[in-house]
Amino acid sequence: MITELKTFKEKISDTSPGLFKALDLKVLQVNVGYRCNLACKHCHVSGGPGRREVMDNKTAGQVIRAVSENPFEVLDITGGAPELNPLLKTIIGEARQAGKHVIVRTNLTVFFEPGFESYPAWYREQGVELIASLPYYLEDGVDRVRGNGTYKKSMEAMKLLNGLGYGSDSKGPSLSLVYNPQGMFLAPAQCSLESEYRRELSDRFGVSFTRLYAFTNMPIGRFREYLVKTGNLEKYMDKLAAAFNPAALDGIMCRHIVSVGWDGALYDCDFNQMLGLATASGAPRHINDFDYAALSNRSIAVGDHCYGCTAGQGSS
Amino acid sequence: MTEYYKAEDLDKFGDVGKHNPALFKKFIDWYTAALEPGKLTKREKVLIGVGVAHVIQCPYCIDAYTKSCLEEGMSLEHITEAVHVASAIRGGASLIHTLQAHNTVDRNSL
Repeated sequence: MITELKTFKEKISDTSPGLFKALDLKVLQVNVGYRCNLACKHCHVSGGPGRREVMDNKTAGQVIRAVSENPFEVLDITGGAPELNPLLKTIIGEARQAGKHVIVRTNLTVFFEPGFESYPAWYREQGVELIASLPYYLEDGVDRVRGNGTYKKSMEAMKLLNGLGYGSDSKGPSLSLVYNPQGMFLAPAQCSLESEYRRELSDRFGVSFTRLYAFTNMPIGRFREYLVKTGNLEKYMDKLAAAFNPAALDGIMCRHIVSVGWDGALYDCDFNQMLGLATASGAPRHINDFDYAALSNRSIAVGDHCYGCTAGQGSS
Repeated sequence: MTEYYKAEDLDKFGDVGKHNPALFKKFIDWYTAALEPGKLTKREKVLIGVGVAHVIQCPYCIDAYTKSCLEEGMSLEHITEAVHVASAIRGGASLIHTLQAHNTVDRNSL
């Protein structure tokens, strides 16, 4: 056990001397609100049905302008459940009109909520890439984290999406899945787990997907509450720090994106957003002051939670 | 039992080397090398580990290897199958000794 945790800032200055800066700004990541039909135990946003933070019309317009008028390649939309923001279709439609690739991070189950049934077909029409949370390929692992009945709904949603051409072959739109550890342990190697997901989901439900991402749980939000409540925060932080992999530093999301909060505030990533850790001094801090060149050259604001993105194979 | 087995002692395994660091280092080097992926994957090795941990009934090893299985993406379904394999071999090893009893009966009977 590590007795004294070296701060992440100290750690990266040991291994990568010099400023920790953005490398290339290709992705505008937007959190359109924390409202969600689920309340998953590992959620770093602490999203749920009771959350009231939802991006408004003015900010959505600024997001559309920022992505359309700057050399971003991708608009990456997250939440909460992004579908619960009534402006989602407008944001996606405008971004697609501007020729941007759009990714939506969906929880799959929202397609069965009244009034949201049209989303799968609409996403297909728009050519939207989907990244869906499925913390494990077995029912118990998923329902323990996300709530009873979530796994069966997720499988129904995957059948629906496969029927629309998602995740079925190289020509169809991409449907990727996200594994998260169902507790305070690290994620396994992505490639071996992907094979197992493929085999198990195909054998059990005949469903397919494009690729699997294995993400580490971040010590933020509801997962942090769990760690604190069980007295495991220090142990988990030690585990993340012990798994620090300097080779992961160039690939982590903050080097390639800028993150917009539901209220237009700018951050280096969605995790910093949840901690209220603003972009570094000198960089724009709100979409009112959006400046692509300044953001492309910004230093990254870091904290010890960043060990979550650099543990093992890296996770972002 | 609880006064003998404390979960926090697992993190103090290094203390075992205090009174003979040279021998302990040899053990750690061997242990580490044995667990490195080779012809067998890390996943296969930790599954063997969790099976062995149960048949030797070592609470520290069960704790450590169960966590290792989770970190290799496995579930209680995998762990339970591995424990059944190890336990079945252990059961078979007891049963085969019935032949010792048969032989003893033969030797001591008319």
